[in-house]
Amino acid sequence: MNAGSVGTGVPRVGGRERVNGSQQFLADIRLEDMLHVKLVTLDVACARIDSIDTSIAVHLPGVACIVTPADLPQPMPRFGPVYRDRPFLADGATTYHGEPVCAVVAESRDMAEAAAEAVLVGYTEVPGVFTIDAALAQDAPLVQSPSLRPDDPLARSNVLRERRYEWGAIDETDTTVVDHVYSFPMVTHFAIEPHGAIAHADDDGLTIWSPVQHPYLLQRTISDLFEQPLARVRVLAPDPGGAFGGKQNPKFEPLLTWIALKTGRPCRLILTLEETFQAVRRTSCSIHVRSGFRANGELVFHDVESDFLVGAYADIAERVVAKANYLACGPYRTPNARIVARAIFSNTTPSCAFRGFGTPQVAWAIESQMDAASRLLQLDGLEIRRANLARFGEDVVPGDVPADGEWQQSLDRAAEMIGWGRPPLEGRGRGIAVAIKAGATTGLSQATVRLLFDGSVIVYAGTSDMGQGARTIFAQIAADEFGVTVNDVSVVSGDTAIVPFDLQTSASRSTVFMGNAILAACEDVHRQLRSLAAEITGLEAADVEIKGGQVHVKGEQHSIATVLERGLGRLRGELVGNGTVRRADDPDHPLGGAPAFYEFNCTAFEVSVDGETGEVLIHRHVTVGDVGRALNPLQVTMQDEGAAIMGLGHSLMEQLLLDDRGRIRNLGALDYRIPTTKDMPLELESEVIENGDGPGPRGSKGVSEGAILCTAPALAAAVADATGVVIRDLPLTPERVWSALKAGVAR
Amino acid sequence: MSSRRLVTLSVNGREHEFDVLVHRPLLEVLREDLGLTGAKECCAVGECGACTVLVDGLTVNSCLMLAVEADNRQITTIEGLTPGESLSPLQDSFLAHGAVQCGFCIPGMIVSAQFLLDSNPSPTASEINEGLAGNLCRCGGYKRMLRAVEAITEPEA
Repeated sequence: MNAGSVGTGVPRVGGRERVNGSQQFLADIRLEDMLHVKLVTLDVACARIDSIDTSIAVHLPGVACIVTPADLPQPMPRFGPVYRDRPFLADGATTYHGEPVCAVVAESRDMAEAAAEAVLVGYTEVPGVFTIDAALAQDAPLVQSPSLRPDDPLARSNVLRERRYEWGAIDETDTTVVDHVYSFPMVTHFAIEPHGAIAHADDDGLTIWSPVQHPYLLQRTISDLFEQPLARVRVLAPDPGGAFGGKQNPKFEPLLTWIALKTGRPCRLILTLEETFQAVRRTSCSIHVRSGFRANGELVFHDVESDFLVGAYADIAERVVAKANYLACGPYRTPNARIVARAIFSNTTPSCAFRGFGTPQVAWAIESQMDAASRLLQLDGLEIRRANLARFGEDVVPGDVPADGEWQQSLDRAAEMIGWGRPPLEGRGRGIAVAIKAGATTGLSQATVRLLFDGSVIVYAGTSDMGQGARTIFAQIAADEFGVTVNDVSVVSGDTAIVPFDLQTSASRSTVFMGNAILAACEDVHRQLRSLAAEITGLEAADVEIKGGQVHVKGEQHSIATVLERGLGRLRGELVGNGTVRRADDPDHPLGGAPAFYEFNCTAFEVSVDGETGEVLIHRHVTVGDVGRALNPLQVTMQDEGAAIMGLGHSLMEQLLLDDRGRIRNLGALDYRIPTTKDMPLELESEVIENGDGPGPRGSKGVSEGAILCTAPALAAAVADATGVVIRDLPLTPERVWSALKAGVAR
Repeated sequence: MSSRRLVTLSVNGREHEFDVLVHRPLLEVLREDLGLTGAKECCAVGECGACTVLVDGLTVNSCLMLAVEADNRQITTIEGLTPGESLSPLQDSFLAHGAVQCGFCIPGMIVSAQFLLDSNPSPTASEINEGLAGNLCRCGGYKRMLRAVEAITEPEA
């Protein structure tokens, strides 16, 4: 037997294919007779569509057909993960820049592109709302028709939903009050693999290839829209080439399916990167916080008004707003709070999940408030956090799941790693911040494990491996249960026709939810193994124990393969086990269920700022995550470092810029910068705290989002420490920092 | 038709003749006509590096080079940098150092890194950083990529 792979950094399953170029991503799939789809869009945000003239385009070489809204069922079908508000194509009017008006279907991508340019769309630009203020103005045009929300009292406004969370009572007596407004920009996911899908309809039913995070939600969506039994809708989900929340929910798959049904041929749509920018983004926001502290730094209250600008369709954005703001006050003992959070529609790219799910936005505001208070009270950033951080078992939101980790250990370790307390070199400054994100609140993951005759194992798990390395963790878990190496385990995912149900790949849930489901399936196989061993030996199953991948029978130890060989006999066969983890809805909980765990992170920086250019130089960037148990320490570090670098993007350089007509001005890689090797901190260190206090296998918790949660406030605090200049709007571009420095000098 | 031209591409040591449309990017010909899908398309404007290949030993964004420009030149893709069933030392090092997350940028990244090592077997840390700066990785795996390259540099004589 091996020593066990859990807890070791076994290299990524699927790694070989990724380094030799043979990994098959969506765009690498070639099907016989495949048609190519190009969406026709307008360089305008809001327009009434007066006419669509396809007469020239449809006769161009290779054009199979052009699908306009008039071809689709009326009223146009709509879909969405919560609100069914997204139409297949712009329904009479475009409601954001890049919303597709019609679709050209041709024999090649070139031909489809050429024909798309020949489609003549007559339109009249109409006013839209692109900012929070504009969307909330008295006479603001409505982004969505009230008929889409028939029983909603807010339907005649652009407010999709308002959430209120409140506990204690806000009393400013004897408190020092800090009161500021913070803004967080629109940023885009920029997965290096652009979005896309392939659909095909034949006698076996509908097949959709899409690198989605939630294959089973896509299956259900297609099943509902096309009135097909689930069994006749097969979703094949190639591993996404990066997703980060952007590939959770269906976007163009329903339209493609409709085209596939119409043409009888496989139809493929691959968006350009520019089109991908117009398909998904992070929710931008403005957060006004009034906070009260005692002179010793004790937090008394936060009064939060949080306005999140979501796009023209709801997607999952309201959930982002609800979930992030529920924990807006962060990992602290907050005795009194009032949080009012609004999801506000606008004529912009529909915002959706993006790593951190709204927490980077709220943490930007609340953590910056902690620093504002510390400066007023002449404490330091570490002291004020130490004074208020919830200890294990203490409430964060009273009555809900209490602090589930020794969070102060992460805080102290990060402080140590950044050299807190030792004077920094001349011109340098330090900042530190903490954050928690709620893990999944509900969920259902099912797994099947087959123990084959020779002792090797196949795991069926519907989690999408989008870079987080889910397959590796699953293989490790199963390998240890059966005393084999990771190379003796294969993990099958990405096919709803073969692999049992998994609700979704999101919220850093998979190690905990699917991990436990796999453990349960392994236990199911163990039960069968015990019976088999009992049969062979003539003993009771209760006399058999399976430990460390070995079968123990009254002091004697047998390998699993031996038991299988003797027990299954000449006809061979295998043992099949199933496992289910269900976290049911709790209708009384504001989020529909309590968080299964909290993802806690502490981030700290040491920086200097170039006074001539405003450029921030990061000397050291450290993160510490409270992970419960690192099942694969290498992968955990990879996730933390990656999240940290991604966090530098929205902290320092990334923002989608709109013109006053709502058009994105920096579409694409030339004008929208994400971090490169040259933006790397001079030193980047990531560590974990392991107390085995999580609900997942071996006491693990989810980890993939932690290090992006409080990058921005820690960085801004370090910039403030280095320069004395406090900035409350992201990103901290050289221009913004330089301007602030100049203003500071002038003052 | 005047918009087509006959070209000879030498790809990974094998010669192929094509009658190509003059506006077709090399990337498209590699991926669609030769089935060499290791080079990826992301930005299509030469910024992300996912489509990086070697042309006459130099790194090129194959989304920006036309197939006709590659006529009679030696092209090496990620498939050509992979020695048969095994992996190159660089590929092994990427895996061992945990440099691979989603993997979409990796073929281009490895081509760039291999070019760097071939032209400068003992690069400094900042030369490695510079050498990979044209390849975007949204998973943010840069630190491990830099280490993976550093680990197989030849010590300075």
